[in-house]
Parts: sequence; C-alpha cells; structure tokens
Amino acid sequence: MTTAHVYPIDNIDTDRIIPGKYTKTLDMSALASHVLEDLDSEFSKKVQQGDILVAGNNFGCGSSREQAPIALKAAGVSVVVARTFARIFYRNAINIGLPVIEVEHHNIQSGDSISVDLEHGVVINHTKNETYQATKMPQQMIDILNAGGLVNYLVQHGDYV
Amino acid sequence: MNQTISEKILSQHAGKPVKAGDIAIVRVDGVMATDATAPFAIKAFHQMGGKKLWDVERVSLIIDHASPAPNETVANLHKLMRVFSAEMGCRLYDIGEGICHQLMVENAHVKPGDLFLGADSHSPTYGALNAFGIGVGSTDLAATMLTGKSWLKVPKTIKITLNGELKKGVTAKDLILFLVKQLGAEGANYQAIEFTGETIKSMTLASRMVLANMSSEMGSKTGLVDPTGLDLWYPFEPTFPDAGADYVRELTFDVSNLRPQIAKPHSPENVVSIDELKGTKVHYAFIGSCTNTRLEDLHAAAHVLKGKRLTSTRLIIAPASKKVFNDALKDGTIQILSDAGATFITSGCGPCVGSHLGVPGDGEVVISSTNRNFQGRMGNPKAQVYLGSPAVVAASALAGEITEPTE
Repeated sequence: MTTAHVYPIDNIDTDRIIPGKYTKTLDMSALASHVLEDLDSEFSKKVQQGDILVAGNNFGCGSSREQAPIALKAAGVSVVVARTFARIFYRNAINIGLPVIEVEHHNIQSGDSISVDLEHGVVINHTKNETYQATKMPQQMIDILNAGGLVNYLVQHGDYV
Repeated sequence: MNQTISEKILSQHAGKPVKAGDIAIVRVDGVMATDATAPFAIKAFHQMGGKKLWDVERVSLIIDHASPAPNETVANLHKLMRVFSAEMGCRLYDIGEGICHQLMVENAHVKPGDLFLGADSHSPTYGALNAFGIGVGSTDLAATMLTGKSWLKVPKTIKITLNGELKKGVTAKDLILFLVKQLGAEGANYQAIEFTGETIKSMTLASRMVLANMSSEMGSKTGLVDPTGLDLWYPFEPTFPDAGADYVRELTFDVSNLRPQIAKPHSPENVVSIDELKGTKVHYAFIGSCTNTRLEDLHAAAHVLKGKRLTSTRLIIAPASKKVFNDALKDGTIQILSDAGATFITSGCGPCVGSHLGVPGDGEVVISSTNRNFQGRMGNPKAQVYLGSPAVVAASALAGEITEPTE
C-alpha cells in the first residue's frame, strides 16, 4: 500500500521540510525524525515505508540542503507529488534517488492509495480509480533515477554521458 | 544567434552554441561547499569512488554555517572537512574567515564570465560579477569535484529593467524585496534573470550582490547583473546580451518613488511598504548574512546609530567576512556600533540559518537584514521574522519598533 499524505499548501520550503538546526549531521534517522515537524508534528510518526507525499506549488523552495529530500526518503516517503517543484529541491531529489513528479490537476486525498509511472508521466489513484497526467521528466533525469541516484549513475558510467 | 548572457556563458562552457531549453554538459570553473553541504558532498565523493579532486585550485570548502562549532556533532563535521581538504589539497576557509559567497568574491575565486557551482542556494550572488552562479546540492557538487563537469538545462531569461534614481535611504535591498513581491517566490523558477537599467549602472559591487543574491528568493537559477559600471580591482571581459536576444518576460520599473520595503513573516514574497508596518514592536535586530553585511551595510547602520544608545532592543551583527570586520575596525565603524550597544559575533551564517547564536525566543519579533524569513528559519518556529535593509534594521533597533532612518 502506498498511502497519500496530502498537504495542499504552496511554497513548503526546505526549512519546513527539515529545519536548519537539524541539518548538521550525517545521521539519516536523526533527519527523518524531524521531517516536516513545523508543518505537521505527527508526520514522522504516521508516515509508513513507501508512502507518497502530495503538495501544492513550488515544493522545496529555499535552501540547497540535500538533507530535505534525504529526510523525506529516510522517513519512508517513496515519491513526492506536487504541482510544481523548486529547482534545487527537484534536482537534489533525483540525485539521491527520490522520485518527484509534477501533476497539475488531481483529486488525491489523504489516505488514497496511489502509484506513479515515471516513464509514462502518470499518477494512478487506485482508491478513486483515476489517472492524472504528469509532466514527463527529461531522459537524463530518468537515467539517474533508474540508476538509484547520481552516485550510482557515476559509478556505473564513470562520467556524465 | 542572438543570445542572452546565460546562453553566452553556457555556450562557452558547453563548447558549442546552446539556447534556452537545451540540456548541456558543461565544464565548470569552480565549486564551493559549506559545512552545511560539504559533509554530504564528501560522503558522496567517496561513494562515487573519488580518490582525487578534478582540480584542487578550483575547489573551496568553507566553514561558515555553524562556526565556531556549537556542539560535538558539528565539531566532527568540521573536522571531516579539515581532514578532507588536507588530504586532497584543496582550499579550506576555517571558522571566522567569513561567509562563503563573500569569500568567493573577495578573493576572486569567481570571476566575470565564470560558470560556478555552489552548494548553497544563494550562489546566484556571483551574478553581481556577471558570472553564472548556480546553487546545487551536495551530490551534484561531489560529481563536479570528481569530474569538473555538470549537466544542466539552459534557462530561459527574464529581463528586468530598473530606471530612476533611488531616494535617499532606499537601497538595493528595498529594490530586490520589491521585485520578489512583483514576481513571487516561484516567479523565476528554472529561469535566469538579467538585471539592467540606469539604476543598476551606478551601483556598487556590494549592492549588485544584494540583487543577485536574493534573486534566488524568486526561484531563479541565476541572477545576472548588467556589467556596465561594474568596478572591480582586476581587469575583466564583460558579457553583454545580444540585441534581439530572446526573453521569456520583460519587465520595466521606474523605482524613483520606491519606499523602503519590508518582508513580513513567513515568506520573502510577503512584502509591503514600510509605511504599513511602522510602530510594529521589535525585540531583536540582526545585521548579517550573505545578503547584507558588507562594509557599506555597516556604514549605513553606523550612520543611524552614531552617538545613540540601544535601550529596549538587542542588535547582533555578524560581518560578512574578517576583511569586512577589519575594514570596519580601521575606519571606526565597529567602535560606533559597539558604543551604541551592538553585539558582534563571528562572521558566518549562524543566526540567519538558525544553526546557533542569536536564536529568537517564542513570540519575539525580529527585524533582520537577511534573505529568508521562512517559519523556523532563525531557529524558532514561534518567532516572527521581518526582513529589511541594514539602515532600517538599525533604525528599528534604536526605536524598538519598525521604523525608517530619519533625515
């Protein structure tokens, strides 16, 4: 089951994803326990492995801190769905192997069961039996995600290709 | 092909002509990471099998985000950076030297025409130098430390023309706050901005850095300032856009009647004229960050506070670099500010990013010269942070409420 957690809010910034005071660590579990705490203090407790986060416009605006997507991934989030993403967050998420997908129109509510097809750029709502069109990402990004992130991509290829 | 500044600089680094929308693999002139981003970059670099840096002269590590270390975890991250830079032979700026973007410009590690990757979201600051600065995360940075290359999408460009002479007491900070309001927090997402116009051409490097720095608050990939009138201490070749270059959007503003601007909590796009906020009680004032603590900013604050004494409000100042501090020490500015009751802390990012030093209390109202007032940004989600120019911060600290400098 991939359960959606919906926060229909614009401009959820990197400080709300993981406050700066917690970022100075390499400990993933420490990051995960504080993820989104100023937005929803219960989030890190209720999120299950594989769940999907759904937000509004400009998700991840602000800092370049890669701890933001890392904290979400470490907490169990398997995909972030948003109308739009801020540039650095979007790229960081792909680099660490956290899929992100832009969907302009959808009817997803918290608790819905969702799956995502990155290759075809669609999001499927199994609860409501609906399919939503998403923005298809450039092949370069799909290649990096398919490798599991940029580290694995460069280990496999030796360089950008 | 008529090119924007971005298309020109990126074409030079891609080794072929590129235009907006193209995906390009580019050669990079330099990279920088801080103690907020370098530890993850070092980890990723090792995971990539990295044994040596692509070019030790082009990699800079800077300890500025929690500097000096406030606890043992951070102390060990700093140690990791020191050990890595010693082993690899790259440049390390240790505690107290200054804020990353200030050091990169001050020491000419970034130059006009360069393509520079910084593992910090305010790397568009280098646009003040007519260089293409991009903020990236740690893994992207690690890949470039290894290969000297990165990949990117060539951005479309928004052209912003600013005309008119700013009124006394109105600064580049007020201009950029006004523009963030006009375009919104997402207004330039994935795009570059070119700043041009008569207002820009007489601006100091420090003021240009304010504009370029906060272009990131509109989501921009970079913010390039027209090099006309750019006064540097070394010769350089300016990059201008071609006539007929293709812009996604063109905006022109007459700024001669602009009033000081303030961003209200909790977003830099939440901007109003200072007139709407006069009388708002302030508990804590901060002058710092890569946006506004250069010498001209300290001069502006000293001008307001000379011969005065803070009573109800605390003022904390973190100069942008040791050089800024020393210059302000030599010319008497530090004495004026200290006599007024200001507290000086190590050059760095601590209060701006909420790492340590100068965290506000619950319900306290802060007026700050920094670039972001996201909820929790200064370390306490229960505080209210307003953003303004250094002169406005100093005047508000003195009055104990939001106000503008008199004169």
